Amino acid sequence: MTHVVLHIDNIGKSFREYGSEWRRFGSWFGWKSLKIRENWVLRNISFVVRRGEAVGIVGQNGAGKSTLLKLITGTLGASEGAVRAGGRIAAILELGMGFDPDLTGRQNVTHAAGLMGFSRIEIQKLVPEMEAFAEIGAYFDEPLRTYSSGMQMRVAFSLATAARPEILIVDEALAVGDAYFIHKCFKRIREFREAGTTLLIVSHDKSAVQALCDRAVMIDKGRMVADGTPQQVLDLYNAMIAEKENRTVQQSRAEDGSSATISGTGEAIVERVWLEDRYGNSVEFVGVGDLTDLVIQVRVQTRVERLVIGYMIRDRLGQPIFGTNTFYSEQVIEDASSGEVFELRASFPMNLGAGSYSISVALSSTETHLVNNYEWRDLALVFTVANTQRPQFVGMVWVPPRLTLIADGHQVRQCKDMGLNAARDL
Amino acid sequence: MLRQIDRWHFQTGTHYMKEMLLAIWHYRHFIASSVRNDLRSRFARSKLGALWMILQPLAQVAIYSLVLSRIMTAKLPGLDSPYAYSIYLLAGMMGWSLFSEIITRSLTVFVDNGSMLKKIVFPRVCLPLITLGSALVNNLLLFLVTVVVFILLGHAPTAALWWMPFLILITASFALGLGLFLGILNVFVRDVAQFMNVVLQLWFWLTPVVYMSSIIPPRLRATLALNPMYWIVTDYQDVLVYGRSPVMAAFLPVGIVAIILLFISLLLFRRSAPDMADVL
Repeated sequence: MTHVVLHIDNIGKSFREYGSEWRRFGSWFGWKSLKIRENWVLRNISFVVRRGEAVGIVGQNGAGKSTLLKLITGTLGASEGAVRAGGRIAAILELGMGFDPDLTGRQNVTHAAGLMGFSRIEIQKLVPEMEAFAEIGAYFDEPLRTYSSGMQMRVAFSLATAARPEILIVDEALAVGDAYFIHKCFKRIREFREAGTTLLIVSHDKSAVQALCDRAVMIDKGRMVADGTPQQVLDLYNAMIAEKENRTVQQSRAEDGSSATISGTGEAIVERVWLEDRYGNSVEFVGVGDLTDLVIQVRVQTRVERLVIGYMIRDRLGQPIFGTNTFYSEQVIEDASSGEVFELRASFPMNLGAGSYSISVALSSTETHLVNNYEWRDLALVFTVANTQRPQFVGMVWVPPRLTLIADGHQVRQCKDMGLNAARDL
Repeated sequence: MLRQIDRWHFQTGTHYMKEMLLAIWHYRHFIASSVRNDLRSRFARSKLGALWMILQPLAQVAIYSLVLSRIMTAKLPGLDSPYAYSIYLLAGMMGWSLFSEIITRSLTVFVDNGSMLKKIVFPRVCLPLITLGSALVNNLLLFLVTVVVFILLGHAPTAALWWMPFLILITASFALGLGLFLGILNVFVRDVAQFMNVVLQLWFWLTPVVYMSSIIPPRLRATLALNPMYWIVTDYQDVLVYGRSPVMAAFLPVGIVAIILLFISLLLFRRSAPDMADVL
């Protein structure tokens, strides 16, 4: 699995400003002019992707993500450096390109598959598979202009993923369409991945990046600023968004080796975060379903008009499990003066599956940390949920059911309430 | 094995040609299906469909015949058919329509397919070839109809018809060479296409399609010889109207000009490639 399939070697892209078209034409034939200005939109990007890896590419709009993808697929030529790939690259960002509304779905996919470079024999084999995957029935032989947008999407996706590529680029585009088909698409992407396809995922959807990627790369202002675990990179990305106005971002290594990001303007700071069991003891291990208090202690450094305290429980991959804040609960602190200390106590049953979790805390003036970010602290607390007293189950959350077993359609054989410690048989 | 993605990596000349020809070979079915789709979608929702391809030039010939036949027929020596002028017109139109169709479509071929060029990786040399292919198919249909019309007008085709593939080849090469050159420039300076549309109209009237070169004053006839389309159209008229072999001496310069233009266009095509995706 250490086989390199994509090697991006110090790549850069500049758009040249010639000033005059004559200078441009001249430059094709070796004429050099000092008046040609290079405008670098991407520079010094280097990373290596191995077979079967899934890498997320994150960055704000205009950071250079799409330019990078174009360089990888080859629709744009690099101004310096090189991209080397070990196989076919397919991109789900050009969905429906080259489709003609007056031709049928079948004619369109046959034609477009040719555009993608498939041979006629391959196409003959692939088209029935596309038809089956798209599941649009007789419409497949109707002109495209009669399709709903969802149907077009289905046909386009079937085409884009008709054959397993060595590298698959997945863009935001995947978010449209009906839920059933999105699930089907993700299933296919997972199958590709199991078969060894490398994924490059570009998304603003943090949970998608966290759920699908092993690694993430962050691009900012045309430079590569981070290459690490999705959580590390997304935390930094999050902080960057909040830190647009030249405020500090620091990433420090937490004790368990994962990195914690703290950012903010510092009008209010998180002093301490801890968990208490139902007897008021500070704990790090919590039993599934146990009543728990999360306590967040906040100190106000400089007087603020409004203070909202929010927290987020994340799983070990950094995916949000649950989050809320005192704005949602209508408990905004008004006019907090310097030196004041607040304690937010969140009491809840720990209805999570066994595993490691973390808490992120945000202090701000409204419900989003984008307006006034006093402090944003990822990995403020790491704790473990263990299943010691509940019946065995799998999954991320604890949804205790009452299981009733019926025999012969009417006779209740057994009824068991899993939510109770003592099982009762009827 | 990793392979270089950077498509614009400049190789030596022969290597480039070889790769381009390989790419064309690999995409031959795509080019064919593009030509087919182009024809299919152009007439997808019209009742008469592909008939329009033939009706348009025929209508044009009919209009000119109606307006000009009385003045012009007298000037056509050696033909005593009452339809002599119509036959003359049809012959010239065959050559001119192929030329002008290839030019006008090549002019905008890259601009029209800009979004495709920006998003999909494929050998872009396919685009002018698709244009060429669909223009040739159009022209072939027009040719077949012309032959039928000739027979109906009592002007039976002669053995000189065998020259037609050769004429079409020369005309298409010349048109493609020039069209590609202008089409590339048009990506960067969009005025080129606008300007050429005016030039083409003027060019049509500077070429003896509607009239005979004999009505041009002798002192201007030397200038006429500078127009490659004069030679091409004259050859068409020789073959289709008079049923004689074209003048070989006229062939050679036009052929050489066509090859030089194609060569320049290809060079320009290659050099402009990195810039083209940036600008589109």
